[in-house]
Amino acid sequence: MATTAETLPLPRRYDTGILKWLTTVNHKNIGILYIVTASVFFLVGGIEAMLIRLQLGTPNNTLLSPEAYNQIFTMHGTTMIFLFAMPILVGLGNYVVPLMIGARDMAFPRLNAFSYWLFLWGGLLMYSSFLLGGAPDAGWFAYAPLTGAQFSPSHGMDFWALGIILTGLGSTVGAINFIVTILNMRAPGMTFFKMPLFVWQILVTMFLILFAFPSLTVDTILLFLGRVFGAPFYVASQGGDPLLWQHLFWFFGHPEVYILILPAFGIISEVLPVFSRKPIFGYGAIAFSGIAIGFLGFTVWAHHMFAVGLNPIADAVFSADSMIIAVPTSIKIFNWIATLWGGKLNVKAPLLFAVGFIAMFIIGGLSGVSLAVVPIDFQVEDTYYVVAHLHYVLFGGTVFAIFAGIYYWFPKITGRLLSDKLGKWHFWIMFLGFNLTFFPMHILGLLGMPRRIYTYPSGLGWDTWNLIETVGAFIITASILIFLWNLYVSLRSGETAGNDPWDGQTLEWTTASPPPEYNFAAIPTVSSRRPFWDQKHSGTSQEKPVVPNSVTREETDTAIYMPGGSFYPLIIATGLLLASFGLIYTLWLAVGLGVVVVFAGIAGWVREPR
Amino acid sequence: MRRGNVLSLQMISARKIAWVLALLSMTLAGCAGAPSPLAPVSSNARLISSLTWVVFGIATIVFVVVEGMLIYSTIRFSRKTSDGLPKQVGGNTRLEIAWTLAPAIVLAVVFVISMQTLRTIAFQPSTSPDAGDPSQALHVRVIGHQWWWELDYPDLHIVAADEMHVPTGTVVNVDVESVDVIHSYWVPQLGGKIDAIPGHVNRTWFQATQAGTYYGQCAEFCGVEHANMRLQVIVETPEQFQTWVKGQQAAVPAMTGDAATGEQVFLNGPCVGCHTIDGTKAQGKVGPNLTHFASRSVFAGAVLDNTPQNVAQWLADPQKVKPGNLMPNLHLPQNQIDELVAFLESLK
Repeated sequence: MATTAETLPLPRRYDTGILKWLTTVNHKNIGILYIVTASVFFLVGGIEAMLIRLQLGTPNNTLLSPEAYNQIFTMHGTTMIFLFAMPILVGLGNYVVPLMIGARDMAFPRLNAFSYWLFLWGGLLMYSSFLLGGAPDAGWFAYAPLTGAQFSPSHGMDFWALGIILTGLGSTVGAINFIVTILNMRAPGMTFFKMPLFVWQILVTMFLILFAFPSLTVDTILLFLGRVFGAPFYVASQGGDPLLWQHLFWFFGHPEVYILILPAFGIISEVLPVFSRKPIFGYGAIAFSGIAIGFLGFTVWAHHMFAVGLNPIADAVFSADSMIIAVPTSIKIFNWIATLWGGKLNVKAPLLFAVGFIAMFIIGGLSGVSLAVVPIDFQVEDTYYVVAHLHYVLFGGTVFAIFAGIYYWFPKITGRLLSDKLGKWHFWIMFLGFNLTFFPMHILGLLGMPRRIYTYPSGLGWDTWNLIETVGAFIITASILIFLWNLYVSLRSGETAGNDPWDGQTLEWTTASPPPEYNFAAIPTVSSRRPFWDQKHSGTSQEKPVVPNSVTREETDTAIYMPGGSFYPLIIATGLLLASFGLIYTLWLAVGLGVVVVFAGIAGWVREPR
Repeated sequence: MRRGNVLSLQMISARKIAWVLALLSMTLAGCAGAPSPLAPVSSNARLISSLTWVVFGIATIVFVVVEGMLIYSTIRFSRKTSDGLPKQVGGNTRLEIAWTLAPAIVLAVVFVISMQTLRTIAFQPSTSPDAGDPSQALHVRVIGHQWWWELDYPDLHIVAADEMHVPTGTVVNVDVESVDVIHSYWVPQLGGKIDAIPGHVNRTWFQATQAGTYYGQCAEFCGVEHANMRLQVIVETPEQFQTWVKGQQAAVPAMTGDAATGEQVFLNGPCVGCHTIDGTKAQGKVGPNLTHFASRSVFAGAVLDNTPQNVAQWLADPQKVKPGNLMPNLHLPQNQIDELVAFLESLK
């Protein structure tokens, strides 16, 4: 190309106020939008969890009607998976991955914004159902035929279906963006096996999203066609089969579990070495075991379906596959422990959360193996034993890792440190509350208490455990309040972080906190897995610094070209939202209008100067 | 030195495991009356219960060893101050191989023992050596409805609801079906669950070893009243079971007094649209068959005890008792309610 950056027409920028956030295509701003939005959904999902625990605290409780309870547990699961855990991990990835690989932005900045708006609109679409005649109430797993028009006549499931399709579209687009970014935009010298492990786990996660979400999207479209046009895909009396839903759902649903845990593995694999002042133990083993989990994750879906009456051979195969996955997972755990071993541990909040993650994930992993034992699964499937297992993996696992990541990267994102003292209080109280809430659920499952029941009779030996769990839930709430207080205090008057508060090892710590829009004034050159650490600790100056991090934009001799703001991602996403409302109420005019907005947005997008 | 460490660690863990298991079993045993899979009363449930304890034993060993390593390394290597760098170790091939093989071996063991149990419980025995009459396996169709279980004994021409009677020692072959959405048949003390799926007939079996009344509950979310879709299983001696069968096969007796008036209210009211009483014009198929209603100790999805007061309350407003269930409030006057109760409680 003969043209240089200076000769291109400069894009418009909106640097202040609400317009900045509506038009931003910068990966750091979008990362912050993801993290903040997902955190709000976390609080909403948490309030739903508290309502569930209040209702189940005593037998024969009438605090919630069965209808309200079913809506709340459905939205609790849907929110925590689709609107909190996934987006906050994507948000952390959005913020950190380009910095870690020495890039200035994602490969497709406007597509990145588009993913975010689809997530936000999808979430708000689902939540608008509370005001528009009732939320979805058939569980986050939405088993047909209960979700069909005959058994769920309200619009709740329509909101659910279209919300899932919108957020799923956003995730798929985002996955492509991440894959292209990681494959193409790494700094010179950063070969695959010099990539930070967080980037590795995000890469595998994005391939999982890319291959798993189409299955859910198709499943949900078939459901919607059934509800609106009477298509009988899941209706046995018309030649369909309810199990089709389950196979397609879990072909997505089990990889989804790894979509939620692999980035958490990545966070832990970054935090442990930094706070042990060592390299990660077994870099290759952790990277390859992540890939192995990614592949195996697609071969185990029917372990969610042992009770549907598969034949024993299929049961055996899916049981074996599910157990095999425990091997790469164990490898990671041993490598993490070996990373701590022989280190000089800097016991700060991120490390506490990381160690807490490992401790809780071991329990979740062991209960997972017991669930892969088919005869045991026949007994405890769909009981509180499974609720215990999944919360040990997704709360004790993913949420603890997310907090490790937040305490770790907060200074990079905001320029201020979170209070470590409050962080430790937060950890210990949450650790206590978590175990008090979820450990007794193992016992309740073994005492025969099924999931998803809005009430239970007394006299079955369940009362005391349920009460303990409800007390535990209040303790978790207290820990979250401490965290919010920490956020408030630290944002106002927290200790200034500087570029590198933790003696970091990877490239994000070489630049300012918060980083400038363009991340790096000069693109760094990488020659090891711990480029920044080696620069600081090699003790000699034979190599030129990896990163000339004192250079400012003005001092560089070449112009840094950054994309400008754009309204079009928001416009296209809003067109899709409008069309979705039209589909829910079968208002074809609104659908048409939405489609027009989408195409107008696409036309503007392609004509926009880049 | 190293070997010694490992050994002593194992000794500690063995003692700890014994403690944990003892505590756990005390906890579970302390909850008498719980419908626990670990309080089995059938051959299959007993096999699963034993397997569960074995797997928990293995898991406890792994738990103690791995958590012990984690906690030990965290405490042992904590530093208050930053006094120079630790040795920069990034891997060790022998260790990597060891901790890949160790879990693989443990899992292989777990898999093999679990498959042995699966093989026994998955295939129905053609005959039962313990049964009084080996050729006489009992066949029950358990049919899920929103939100109650229908119990059809096709060979005995009995259709009941909410309360399943089976004899001890006999192999019971259960066909699990559904007429609306997916439910899951589960009586924890008698064996694992199996889903009731429209368009499918799922089969399971059990052989009860101990007489008693056992709690069952729908285990797949099936809508508003999923929580109140229960099942009572009465396991009794073969003689008691035969008595029950005879009672169920008997014709409805002639009614007198209030019961006779109630019968007319029933047969001329909306009740017949949904309920069946054999030998009458009431042939509705939506709700439970009421032919021998008074012989059952529970009703309304095995949620309520079958007492005249409870039945009267139910008839006065079913939606108040079990919100969302499919029986509408019929706004019956009090005298009709009393007569209907008299009639229903005479359907022995």
